[in-house]
Amino acid sequence: MAVVADNRVADSLRDAFIAALLVAVLGFFFLALRTEIAPGGLALWTRWGLWFTAIAIVFVVRLGLNLFFYKANRPAGAGTGRAAKIASKLPDLSGWTGTIMLIVAIVLPFIVTTFLPAQQRQFIDLMILILTYVMLGWGLNVVVGFAGLLDLGFVAFYAIGAYSFALLAHYLDFSFWMALPLAGILAAFWGVILGFPVLRLRGDYLAIVTLAFGEIIRVVLLNWYDFTGGPNGISGIPKPTFFGLEFGRGEGNFAAVFGLPYSTIHRFIYLYFIILGLAVLTFIVTNRLRRLPIGRAWEALREDEIACRSLGINTTNTKLTAFAIGAMFGGFAGAFFATRQGFVSPESFTFIESAIILAIVVLGGLGSQFGVVIASVVMIGGMEMLRNLGFLKGMFGPDFDPVQYRMLIFGLAMVLIMVWKPRGLVTTREPSAVLKEKKKIGADLVAQGEGH
Amino acid sequence: MSVITQETTVDTRSSWDLDPVLTVEHLTMRFGGLVAIDNLSFNVGRGEITALIGPNGAGKTTVFNCVTGFYKPTEGRIVMRHGPGRQKETVDAVTAGDGTWASSPEGAVFLLERMPDFEISKHAKVARTFQNIRLFGGMTVLENLLVAQHNKLMLASNYTIGGVLGLPRYRQEEKEAIDKAVYWLEHAKLIDRADDPAGDLPYGDQRRLEIARAMCTQPHLLCLDEPAAGLNPRESAELNELLQYIRRAHDTSILLIEHDMGVVMEISDHVIVLDYGVKISDGSADFVRTDPRVIAAYLGVEDEEIEDQPEIASLVVEALGEEAAEQAGIEVPANVDPAAVAELAESSTAEQPRPGRVHPGVRPGGMSQPREQGADRLTIIQGIGPVNERKLNELGIWHFDQIGSWTKEEIVWVGSYLAFPGRIERENWVGQAQELARKNKAGDGE
Repeated sequence: MAVVADNRVADSLRDAFIAALLVAVLGFFFLALRTEIAPGGLALWTRWGLWFTAIAIVFVVRLGLNLFFYKANRPAGAGTGRAAKIASKLPDLSGWTGTIMLIVAIVLPFIVTTFLPAQQRQFIDLMILILTYVMLGWGLNVVVGFAGLLDLGFVAFYAIGAYSFALLAHYLDFSFWMALPLAGILAAFWGVILGFPVLRLRGDYLAIVTLAFGEIIRVVLLNWYDFTGGPNGISGIPKPTFFGLEFGRGEGNFAAVFGLPYSTIHRFIYLYFIILGLAVLTFIVTNRLRRLPIGRAWEALREDEIACRSLGINTTNTKLTAFAIGAMFGGFAGAFFATRQGFVSPESFTFIESAIILAIVVLGGLGSQFGVVIASVVMIGGMEMLRNLGFLKGMFGPDFDPVQYRMLIFGLAMVLIMVWKPRGLVTTREPSAVLKEKKKIGADLVAQGEGH
Repeated sequence: MSVITQETTVDTRSSWDLDPVLTVEHLTMRFGGLVAIDNLSFNVGRGEITALIGPNGAGKTTVFNCVTGFYKPTEGRIVMRHGPGRQKETVDAVTAGDGTWASSPEGAVFLLERMPDFEISKHAKVARTFQNIRLFGGMTVLENLLVAQHNKLMLASNYTIGGVLGLPRYRQEEKEAIDKAVYWLEHAKLIDRADDPAGDLPYGDQRRLEIARAMCTQPHLLCLDEPAAGLNPRESAELNELLQYIRRAHDTSILLIEHDMGVVMEISDHVIVLDYGVKISDGSADFVRTDPRVIAAYLGVEDEEIEDQPEIASLVVEALGEEAAEQAGIEVPANVDPAAVAELAESSTAEQPRPGRVHPGVRPGGMSQPREQGADRLTIIQGIGPVNERKLNELGIWHFDQIGSWTKEEIVWVGSYLAFPGRIERENWVGQAQELARKNKAGDGE
């Protein structure tokens, strides 16, 4: 009995520590740092006291709940090792954590507009950007994480989605909602087109051909001047409407119909909810697919292609569906990107975009949807935060320009994460079917597929 | 001219010739200049266990890869029949046309050499396992069995669309698929490990899981590539039980490659022996056991050496009869009568190897008698069959620890003595023997 009690204290402490750590990471951007418009630009305030208080409260409350309220006995050593134990505490998105995160995501813009009116646009823009990458990450996760096919040219489908909408709007006056499904379908079609030549390729060769495909699309868009406008891009892409209502000033527009005072922020909040909806759709569909025969076939393909064929699985079709589904979500995200920017040019679809999306998937842990969310917040949010590190000037002198070191710091952080967790932040695999007891599968058993 | 020619040496009334589920005809497979299989023909009887045996490199796995579509044969025809009988007209009709299969009232007929690998499993219902186990290691045992039911579930999920929408038909079918998985898990004695990752299972369990997974595709023919390789005697027994159950309770015919002659002789109805891509014997287990060509191939002896070695000569005599042996120029030992021959073959008299034959290396030391607890069963070591066991006993080698302590020179000598140099090292007899000796010791200690 004493052993159990000891374990409970130790586990509760660890659990409370993890909770506090999460608060520390999340709260760093919301509590510890505060930017205000000051004469001559943005001023960065720090509120370390508030931050530490929040961490301490979470730690104490969580510890108290664990010890006296939940009283959960988690026998230490019953798990299959330390990684598995920590991982079993990392939740998956289909349970209550996902619900909570969704609720937080829904109320977040209202919190921002209420409490941070000065930077509401900046914050909502950043959240839109993060959600776009979450969606792209989930799309690429189908190809790289589930089917195990390394795709270095995913940005091509993002570009195809964006240009599909831009061109449809430019030449045929399509609205966003009409063009959105078409953009997804066109991207899926090109996904299949890319899929065919790479079906027989393995390993590095697969990666290089997909890389080339990404570049081909960009170069075509750049040089087909008559049709795509070349480097000038396409501008004047229509904004999305809310059931036919536009977000402008005056009669018959969103604010007037709902009796709200006109504000430019309405359109940003609306864009935020569109991308949130698209991301949730992506999550629901990919999560369902994983539990369907097609999803199991993808994962089986990643584990052993020859065994798949011996079981009567048509590996050609299975690979093509993975490319098509991944590309489709890339296309949706692309159409959203076009409507958000109002302007597209080949500049936005360079290889670095593919690399960032892939980095999000790899950093989060191949095949893990929760990992993609964390990695997007850390990578995109973190990178944006690194743009205004004024306090570093105080440390390194006035000549120090943090923007120039942004990528360096960022690269260093990635190297550290990969040293600490070589298989990504969430390393375990969730089984897609359970008979009696759900057990997470350690990363050492899960194959990585082709090209890693 | 008939397309089908029988090359079997037994009478044509054998059950596998009358009702073959699989017929391989004139199969030839060349890799560049190398002829891996040369004009091979055989039948696999419906509902029977057929073993394909032969020394290393004889082309057994190549035959499997041709049958299951992983290789396209250079020449030949491979016919799979779902219905009874030879169905000659249907087979000829499909062969004349461009199609890969034809349905007939008795059951469909497939030409496997024309079909891609996944269709052979999907439509022709031929399942296989692999010599080096190929499980989905990062997926649970249950998931492995669900992947095997992919095509059925794919249909039930309306090619994913119904499944994404959550239609009830898919849920119902998935439940049935899980029930079927549970059925096979129970028979493979893996039900307690259903939610564990397949990569975590012990070796013997993985072998049985691979068979259970193949059975989930509801095959008419199950091809097993060395299912007993690397199993200990207990696991081997469990495997035999599973195979016997599959044969008994399901209409599944089994074609297996096996090195372990114990397993082959115990469970097979029909044995086909290959050597250098050519069939050298085909018949019942008893027939093959005594076939001199088989013995020669397995021991790697030249024809003239058969005369040199009285045991083999006796086996040859036993197999062919005295007259035939005399015609073949084999000197019949004077005192031969069937009972004595059998005794000679069974007994393990500590006979010294014949003087005059010089083997390289150093002869390992032996004991005239096994220790008091009795001789170890050397056949447990992979690669040692009954014949080799007897020959080793003749050297005075009775125990695992004796083999475990062989030096390099001694291995060379024994390799030459048993007439297959290099094999002892390749199959790691010494390592296996050390392992077994350790287990013996641990067993005594308890």
